[in-house]
Amino acid sequence: MPSDHLCSTCSGHGLSPLPEPKLRLSTPPGQPVIELDGVSFSYDNREVLFDVNLTVRAGEFMAVVGPNGGGKTTLVKLALGLLKPGRGTVRVLGADPLVSRPAVGYVPQHAHVQPSFPITVLDAVLLGLRRKGGLLSWGHWPGYRSADRQKAMDSLRMVDMADLSGRRFDVLSGGQKQRVLVARALVSEPALLLFDEPTSNIDPQGKICLFDLLSILSESITIVMVSHDLITTSTRITSVAAVNRRLIQHHGRELTPDMLALIYGTHDATCPMDEYIKGLSSVFGESRQRRQP
Amino acid sequence: MTEILGLAFMHNAILAGVLASLACGLIGSLVVVNRQVFMAGGVAHTAYGGVGLAFFLGLPVLPCAVGFTVLAALAMAHASFGRTERADALVGIMWAAGMAFGIILMDLTPGYNVDLMSYLFGSLLAVPTSDILIMAVLDLAILAVVLFWYKDFLSLSFDAEFALSTGVPVRLLYTLMQVMTAVTVVMVIQVAGLILVIALLTIPPMLAELFTSSLWKMMALATLASLVFCLAGLALSWHLDLTSGASIIAFATAAYLGGWWMQSWRRRA
Repeated sequence: MPSDHLCSTCSGHGLSPLPEPKLRLSTPPGQPVIELDGVSFSYDNREVLFDVNLTVRAGEFMAVVGPNGGGKTTLVKLALGLLKPGRGTVRVLGADPLVSRPAVGYVPQHAHVQPSFPITVLDAVLLGLRRKGGLLSWGHWPGYRSADRQKAMDSLRMVDMADLSGRRFDVLSGGQKQRVLVARALVSEPALLLFDEPTSNIDPQGKICLFDLLSILSESITIVMVSHDLITTSTRITSVAAVNRRLIQHHGRELTPDMLALIYGTHDATCPMDEYIKGLSSVFGESRQRRQP
Repeated sequence: MTEILGLAFMHNAILAGVLASLACGLIGSLVVVNRQVFMAGGVAHTAYGGVGLAFFLGLPVLPCAVGFTVLAALAMAHASFGRTERADALVGIMWAAGMAFGIILMDLTPGYNVDLMSYLFGSLLAVPTSDILIMAVLDLAILAVVLFWYKDFLSLSFDAEFALSTGVPVRLLYTLMQVMTAVTVVMVIQVAGLILVIALLTIPPMLAELFTSSLWKMMALATLASLVFCLAGLALSWHLDLTSGASIIAFATAAYLGGWWMQSWRRRA
């Protein structure tokens, strides 16, 4: 097992190291994976996105930050093809999001998952396999092929959860549940992973473990992670987008002053929050020291 | 016991119990894991409108109630799908409106309807052979639908948003689930009555959920538990001269409390 894949927090607590990811970047580095061009979107009469332009390239690990209700989740749903833009165009992997959907892995907030649902970890991961055929296809009968089960076990190994494959999902901790949901997204071998608030329901230790996992995955897969938490950090984040109805994109880990102004609104220099906000802007610039084994 | 089993109407009662148990095990499990119990309650009470309509028009009750309740379930599915607010209030309106419609039609029907109580509280011992045949056909249809789209129902129930992102036709399956709930409810009304139907739809799956780790196992165990409750309740009502529907629910409730206590004790041990 390669030593550089040790999860710093997990290894400190006697947990096993993370395995080498088997995925390889399927899109040439630098090629556009997500392209939003002049996109606007409204719920009823409330405009949540206005004239948004965004390009995510293969190999990037992008953090999308912004306040609640700022349009982050709408951005994810547009990329998944679950919503249609009112104006502008959305292209994912060079095609309409509905066409490229099978190549996109999605990790929703685990709050969306039914609590106390009778399902094992392995069966939850198997749900990530893409639906084959139309509504009347025979592929929806109960039971899975052994090759599919093997794929699901491989995904669980990638997130270090293979040992718990037979356990009920609802008895896992918040961090473990989030890892299983990552495995569910990985089982279809996607070219792009979309995360919606991945740390919203897990404790600080679970957050660190999850970010270590994302850092490892980002070596082989394009990741877009949405979060309302400005302290969301990972050493491998390569670009940041701030969204609050409009969107500002920045290649680099720092939050720029215009991004903070977009998120919090403009303020004068005498504002008591000024120093705090300046401090926040440096958060993305600081590298977290990874514990070496 | 052999004397009881030799009675012709008892054969129908047992068959009706078996058929209702299969429907309750399959659809009750989906209702419970999708938190649709209130919706199922609404559908059950709306069924009374169908019963009233059948009496008023002089039509066979089961087919008329199935048709009426399915239409009500389609309306409820349309009104509640994707709504996070006020869906319960809309279901509540249809719940009361369906009951009121049934009561008014009963009032307008000439003569005294002695069968009214049997639809409110169930009459397993009075299920006619024609209804058994209809129940068998409806059961087969429910079993085929659940088996054919099992993985999609599982995905929808566990995480509807993710299911949508993988191409599962969530809205269609949600509507189908409401329609199957309507069909099941009308079938089980014969066994437990529309006031108690919700208990037979929820107690066996709730008990099964305590001891299983997958949806299909939950469905199988809930079917078995429901069958045991129906037969035990039937025996209880025969020997003690009690209403069969209420006896079945009393037995099921006692079994659930026992199962819950056993699980709590095992977790503590």
